[in-house]
Amino acid sequence: MVLVLALGDLHIPHRAADLPPKFKSMLVPGKIQHIICTGNLCIKEVQDYLKSLCPDLHIARGEYDEETRYPETKTLTIGQFKLGLCHGHQVIPWGDLDSLAMLQRQLDVDILVTGHTHQFTAYKHEGGVVINPGSATGAYSSITYDVNPSFVLMDIDGLRVVVYVYELIDGEVKVDKIDFKKTTATTHSAH
Amino acid sequence: MMINEAEDEEKWLAEGIAGIQHNAFYMHRALDSNNLREALKYSAQMLSELRTSKLSPHKYYDLYMRAFDELRKLEIFFKDEGKHGVSVVDLYELVQHAGNILPRLYLLCTVGSVYIKSKEAPAKEVLKDLVEMCHAVQHPLRGLFVRSYLAQISRDKLPDIGSEYEGDDGTVMDAVEFVLQNFTEMNKLWVRMQHQGPGRVREKQEKERNELRDLVGKNLHVLSQIEGVDLEMYKETVLPRVLEQVVNCKDDLSQYYLMDCIIQVFPDEYHLQTLETLLGACPQLQPTVDIKTVLSRLMDRLSNYAASSADVLPEFLQVEAFGKLSNAIGKVIETQVDMPAVGAITLYVSLLTFTLRVHPDRLDYVDLVLGACVKKLSNIPKLDDSRATKQVVALLSAPLEKYNDIVTALTLSNYPRVMDHLDNGTNKVMAMVIIQSIMKNNTCISTADKLDEDDFKDEQNSVARLIHMLYNNEPEEMLKIICTVRKHTMAGGPKRLPFTVPSLVFSALRLVRQLQGQEGDIVGEEVPATPKKIFQLLTQIIEDLSTVPSPELALRLSLQCAEAANDGDLEHVAYEFFTQAFVLYEEEIADSKAQVTAIHLIVGTLQRMNVFGVENRDTLTHKATGYSARLLKKPDQCRAVYACSHLFWVDDQDGVKDGERVLLCLKRALRIANAAQQMANVARGSSGPVTLFVEILNKYLYFFEKGNQQITGAAIQGLIELINTEKQSDSATPDSASDAFLASTMRYIQFQRQKGGIMGEKFESIKL
Repeated sequence: MVLVLALGDLHIPHRAADLPPKFKSMLVPGKIQHIICTGNLCIKEVQDYLKSLCPDLHIARGEYDEETRYPETKTLTIGQFKLGLCHGHQVIPWGDLDSLAMLQRQLDVDILVTGHTHQFTAYKHEGGVVINPGSATGAYSSITYDVNPSFVLMDIDGLRVVVYVYELIDGEVKVDKIDFKKTTATTHSAH
Repeated sequence: MMINEAEDEEKWLAEGIAGIQHNAFYMHRALDSNNLREALKYSAQMLSELRTSKLSPHKYYDLYMRAFDELRKLEIFFKDEGKHGVSVVDLYELVQHAGNILPRLYLLCTVGSVYIKSKEAPAKEVLKDLVEMCHAVQHPLRGLFVRSYLAQISRDKLPDIGSEYEGDDGTVMDAVEFVLQNFTEMNKLWVRMQHQGPGRVREKQEKERNELRDLVGKNLHVLSQIEGVDLEMYKETVLPRVLEQVVNCKDDLSQYYLMDCIIQVFPDEYHLQTLETLLGACPQLQPTVDIKTVLSRLMDRLSNYAASSADVLPEFLQVEAFGKLSNAIGKVIETQVDMPAVGAITLYVSLLTFTLRVHPDRLDYVDLVLGACVKKLSNIPKLDDSRATKQVVALLSAPLEKYNDIVTALTLSNYPRVMDHLDNGTNKVMAMVIIQSIMKNNTCISTADKLDEDDFKDEQNSVARLIHMLYNNEPEEMLKIICTVRKHTMAGGPKRLPFTVPSLVFSALRLVRQLQGQEGDIVGEEVPATPKKIFQLLTQIIEDLSTVPSPELALRLSLQCAEAANDGDLEHVAYEFFTQAFVLYEEEIADSKAQVTAIHLIVGTLQRMNVFGVENRDTLTHKATGYSARLLKKPDQCRAVYACSHLFWVDDQDGVKDGERVLLCLKRALRIANAAQQMANVARGSSGPVTLFVEILNKYLYFFEKGNQQITGAAIQGLIELINTEKQSDSATPDSASDAFLASTMRYIQFQRQKGGIMGEKFESIKL
């Protein structure tokens, strides 16, 4: 069992002062093995904080990030899964799942994690799964109205990944989960 | 019943007073005729009135005072040996023959006073004798008063340093010993008073007990006045002995009163030097003692002491006052789990005031206090006690007042966290306090250049955070806040703007959204805060960035505003923002990487616009595609151009769906990709990876699926063949990434074919 925290679009300090206290108290160092961040932190302080939660930190560049040297896209392998990371402002139309599926094919990954829309989504298609962890601070977005703070925790176990989404709705943390199973990579059509 | 009791008491008091007056009359006669025997007889009778058990403390005091006055006259008589012919030594012996113990003691004390003054015996001996003999009266009320009498008459006869009673057999130590003993016994008597009555009478008894407390406390006052009690003696003897009694008596009324007494009566320097001992007693007190009030008062005293003179501050550091106090408070709050919020916060306010006075430069201390408060607040579900919220506001206002500078207050990481716990109403109050602080101190630090760069960044990030804390439900008010903060940040100079402008912009955009959510216009009324006005303000705010200059940021913010204007159906405003964005792009963004991102942001935003009429949309689209095609590097051009294809196809019901222009874009992208291949060939002798072609293929598939008639299965086929040809050509560079990309694309096509239905049919037309 490998825990991967996926979050992003915090927009600190431009659009939010800090993570919600209820989230902060849940995110404790030492419990998570990897962090993948869709970008728009935006300042180094946030990077330092995330690093303190887990040293294996991966960040993709958001258009407001202070650090311009984060990569546009990143791929990494965790267990049996190949993950891809990209902020998402590069994929037009923004939030369009078919266009994101194209990026997924291009990066050749099972799970694609992107952000930018501040809207949590988890979408399974023929090529794999596209996850958007939303905005961890509930930051203003021109694309989504009424953003609820959210982040995603993935539990990768063999060929199975359970995606837990944590959303702060009206002051309460609500959790939902989605199961994905990876079939062993094959191009044979189903019989 | 009660009325009868009161009436009875009045009657008994009247009787007692009459008794005293009666006997006093005869006593005076005896004094006038120098008749010692008679004087003693009548004075003893008079004092017998004080043997009553029927009076409440208040009334008893009345009686006592009358007796006291009479005893003064008696004392004068005793002093004058010539009048009665008896030596004071003998007199001392004589009065012990009085029949009842209480009159005996009063007379003894009176003679004792004369005895000491005569110096025939050391003060120490007489005092010792008297204080021990008082033991004989164990009735709490009567015992308290007789000991009080002893204290009163002995006051000026203590063998203090520099007093006439000091000598080889009478030192200040003896004086202290005497007072301590009397104090201890008086406290014991006082504590016993509560054990006397049944439960329902207890409240009355507590009230009565309280009336007597000063009798006990007076002893501490006397101790503080003894010249010879220096810090050393206080530390080694006085405080430990007093605290011992305080702790051991196990009575909450006494403990609370005496702790407070100690704090008020002894000098602040002593408290500083004995802080550990004093604080160490706190956990040993009864759990019902309101220790937090005691601690608050201690800290308030120490705060005032610190404020009195700068010379005393090193002392605070030397005794590590802050550490000791914050530990003590922490312990108290930890052990008293039921302490209401207001109590804990009041404590923190006192500690914060203390910290700001004593260690104003130690922001880390200040932050620690705020942090401890946050911790306590986190354990409370909701702060709905108005006194508690008042205290929180006091807590947050204190650093503002001290530092006169909101920015310093904001570098305290816990400052915003405390604010998080405020309810909306209080948040508003706090926001106003902060704004007023900003306005009051218009001169912001112009020492920006002298600040270390990291510090400057931290500080500015704090200001940015502040802006999000300033929130007001009323749109007018919110607009005022935004304008005020803007003025302040403008005055700070260009260096600050990249940090603060974004926060202001998003605050304003949130306000716009809020207004857009409120349906309906207020007809005929002057509405100061409208989206249009706010967009005007936004234009100006973004303009401010040109002084930095910060074109990339300005471009992003302009596009944000354009989207917001789009949502508000303000076509002209949205168009202006796009124009602004293009100007920034054309004139100020030169870095090729920055241009790529900028163009994608422009295209992405434009793609979502639905407010534009055909003409405006065409103009902007034309510009976007033009710039896309002119990016520096061919691959970037290619990608930007095929992104532009989406400008001609919007999935909304009334969205534009111009299949032809989509295809034109894609074909253009294809041409650019080809050119890129050829350039690579020429430059490196081998063509680059076919990735770009595969990307374009995917775009073809996208629009094919969406139903763009201009894109046929045959066209897609052709593209696939082209890709394969490129891959197999001699000059091809093998590339696993683009191979995988192609493979997954092909898989996708297969998958769609196997779907069956309309989609399946469609994809069947792609012959592989």
